[in-house]
Amino acid sequence: MNLTLKVWRQKNTADQGGFKEYKISGISEDMSFLEMLDVLNEDLSTKGEDPVHFDHDCREGICGMCSLYIDGKPHGPQQTTTCQLHMRSFSDGDVITIEPWRAKAFPVLKDLVVNRSAFDRIIQAGGYVSVNTGGVPDANEIPIPKSIADLAMDAAQCIGCGACVAACKNASAMLFTSAKISQLALLPQGQVERKIRAEKMVAQMDAEGFGACTNTGACEAECPKGISITNIARMNREYFSAVVSSDSV
Amino acid sequence: MILDSKIPEGPLAEKWTNHKFNVKLVNPANKRKYDVIVVGTGLAGASAAASLAELGYNVKAFCFQDSPRRAHSIAAQGGINAAKNYQNDGDSVYRLFYDTIKGGDYRAREGNVYRLAQVSVNIIDQCVAQGVPFAREYGGLLANRSFGGAQVSRTFYAKGQTGQQLLLGAYSALSRQVANGKVKLYPRTEMMDVVTVDGKARGIVTRNLVTGAIESHSAHAVLLCTGGYGNVFFLSTNAMGSNVTAAWRAHKKGAYFANPSFTQIHPTCIPVSGDHQSKLTLMSESLRNDGRVWVPATKEISEKLRKGQIKVNDIKEEDRDYFLERKYPSFGNLVPRDVASRNAKYVCDEGRGVNETGEAVFLDFRDAIKRDGEDTIKAKYGNLFDMYQQITGDNPYQVPMMIYPAVHYTMGGLWVDYNLMTTIPGLYALGEANFSDHGANRLGASALMQGLADGYFVIPYTIGDYLAQNSNERISPDHPEFKKAEVEVSERIEKLLSIKGEKTVDFFHKKLGKIMWDYCGMARSEEGLTKAKAMIKELKKEFWSNVNVLGGNEELNQSLEKANRVADFLELGELMVDDALSRNESCGGHFREEYQTPEGEALRDDENFAFVSAWKFLGEGQEEELNKEPLEFENVKLTQRSYK
Repeated sequence: MNLTLKVWRQKNTADQGGFKEYKISGISEDMSFLEMLDVLNEDLSTKGEDPVHFDHDCREGICGMCSLYIDGKPHGPQQTTTCQLHMRSFSDGDVITIEPWRAKAFPVLKDLVVNRSAFDRIIQAGGYVSVNTGGVPDANEIPIPKSIADLAMDAAQCIGCGACVAACKNASAMLFTSAKISQLALLPQGQVERKIRAEKMVAQMDAEGFGACTNTGACEAECPKGISITNIARMNREYFSAVVSSDSV
Repeated sequence: MILDSKIPEGPLAEKWTNHKFNVKLVNPANKRKYDVIVVGTGLAGASAAASLAELGYNVKAFCFQDSPRRAHSIAAQGGINAAKNYQNDGDSVYRLFYDTIKGGDYRAREGNVYRLAQVSVNIIDQCVAQGVPFAREYGGLLANRSFGGAQVSRTFYAKGQTGQQLLLGAYSALSRQVANGKVKLYPRTEMMDVVTVDGKARGIVTRNLVTGAIESHSAHAVLLCTGGYGNVFFLSTNAMGSNVTAAWRAHKKGAYFANPSFTQIHPTCIPVSGDHQSKLTLMSESLRNDGRVWVPATKEISEKLRKGQIKVNDIKEEDRDYFLERKYPSFGNLVPRDVASRNAKYVCDEGRGVNETGEAVFLDFRDAIKRDGEDTIKAKYGNLFDMYQQITGDNPYQVPMMIYPAVHYTMGGLWVDYNLMTTIPGLYALGEANFSDHGANRLGASALMQGLADGYFVIPYTIGDYLAQNSNERISPDHPEFKKAEVEVSERIEKLLSIKGEKTVDFFHKKLGKIMWDYCGMARSEEGLTKAKAMIKELKKEFWSNVNVLGGNEELNQSLEKANRVADFLELGELMVDDALSRNESCGGHFREEYQTPEGEALRDDENFAFVSAWKFLGEGQEEELNKEPLEFENVKLTQRSYK
């Protein structure tokens, strides 16, 4: 198939940036979206033009590195990661617009590459159980009901790609933050630090400049791993109960 | 040089316990005076960085991805082995040890593997304490499943995303130490060289991938946890960024490289669909429990099928060749990975392959669906079937899956002793980056076990032994050795940028990959390897005279990143070929066509080849020197593997 691509090009964070149009032909429907961009880049490189920079690594939908905003949707028309989106979702002659994630807390580094270190800092604020290596009890000494373990696993599946932020009109990171808070609030291992975790992670999320949640549900609709917004409800409960009973007031 | 594996004396079961007592310790107050560099943040790197920081060392952790959580350990699907014997089915540390040695076709060290089996049980405890949501039974206790090469259920798992959950556990421990100020993170930073002072590893030179800045970092020890080098084949199940650069630079600075040609080729991957393909996707080994592998019985039927003249479901039962069940009646479709892969290649070489390319075989669930019903199959493999459909556009409930072997894991890596130290004092290699535990073939669910064993439970003990014997005096990153390395790194980058040839980096990478796959892949021969060696030499020459690397150094430049990595793959490729040529036997994933039984099975030569090949770099353009570490088997009897 033949396509027209409108791609966001931006030299670096300071650069203003803008769209550039490219024609591309001979695209097979078996290609993944990123392989289609590989073809474009091979063309550009051969012509001596700087290839389009984009983040990607595992290309099997689990590392969370790929991050393209395609035709107004994070990861494009399907509810998958961009690397798992295939060209059979498009038709010959389509015009496809490709942009980076847009959020104040995710500054563009170049073209379609953004800096998502803010997510790392939210986890550093409390997304863990404070146990050192060694000296822990036998794994089967902590029985956990299967239903709880499964719920925790559902939340833990977040790949940290940032599609939730990109989808949200407020660039809110509540789905991401709540997934970790939920996972650990559900499990017995997370109980000891339950309150302080919710307080600290929410504070860090706000400090990074992410917006607030207005329950539009766009994040859930676009999440490639199907993380549910019930996690946000749980996070809000955790946060309120932590704040009203906080020791650190 | 005589390679000293430093395996402790004493009975197998007491070696590690004795060693832990005999190693020197750094007292708690002195630990903060030592700095450790950890390169790579996968299972091995993240677990090591976190554990060392918890002990009190100052850690700097580097990764080329935008976050430590992206490391390719995240993509492991199946599970992690541990000798917990929670199932009461006869498992034990000794059995896990035995299965691993045998699975590796008797080319791994007994001492290392036994220790791995011992600490496997601690790993599960640790991960559960971190909040890793392993699968559970209704009673609330942990669930297990079984995997290839074992007759017990010892594999712990978290859906089909075990690697993800274990890595996120290690990442959370690492994040906690970042918050505590004991680990400093350097994402989007690539190690370009290791720096030695007075023969000891004292730091690294890095390139900031956003700004291009070349920087030096000094420390008292350096840990390379940089994964495997399967991407030398261009197409593999590895992530696009997985590379050999850190290990290769260390090799060129004096670290021996062990068994470089030992590559695992996984039988069940989604086949190549065209020249555009950038990577191959694994379909879990568990599918072979219910799927039947077959190809058409004759070349003619395959040809008609490839041309679209007939449909797969029209092929009659008697025209289907279930070749694994036919050749291996007792193991059937569940033969080990190396055997399954090789046989798929044989039938495709005969012209009986399917798919447009002729390089695929069927993995058919028709009979299982008929027997158990679609719902049962969906419950077991639903997510894998969906993934397959997403990628290929075919519905595997209606037509058989098509699969083909693909490069998946490299058993070879930097040579390390029992302490995980390379031949450069103070330089360690952990996880897939080292060679130590899997011999010539790795068993399923053992890679995660080894990465975490090295990082959580081995290095925290063994590094102390080295540091305690070395002064805690810090060295400035302005030391002449660092400056010299920085200049070398900059010169190489300038050289790459100044060639301005006509071919892209990917052109060379794809060409190298094809040579490696054709001649140093599933089946190797002296003739083919000799040819490959000449072709790689020629390709390397062409690379350095005709590659076109666009852009400059002082910016985010993905062409330059790739060029740097491919330049190292070209050199590694040659060494892999040398290694395969020198090992005149077949073992595990290394199959030399000249050495096979009359039935076409791998023929080991224990008398002449029961050793680890450790290669020493002697200088640019020179042949590397082969050193041998003899393997001694005091507990396990060497036998020919048979799956008939």
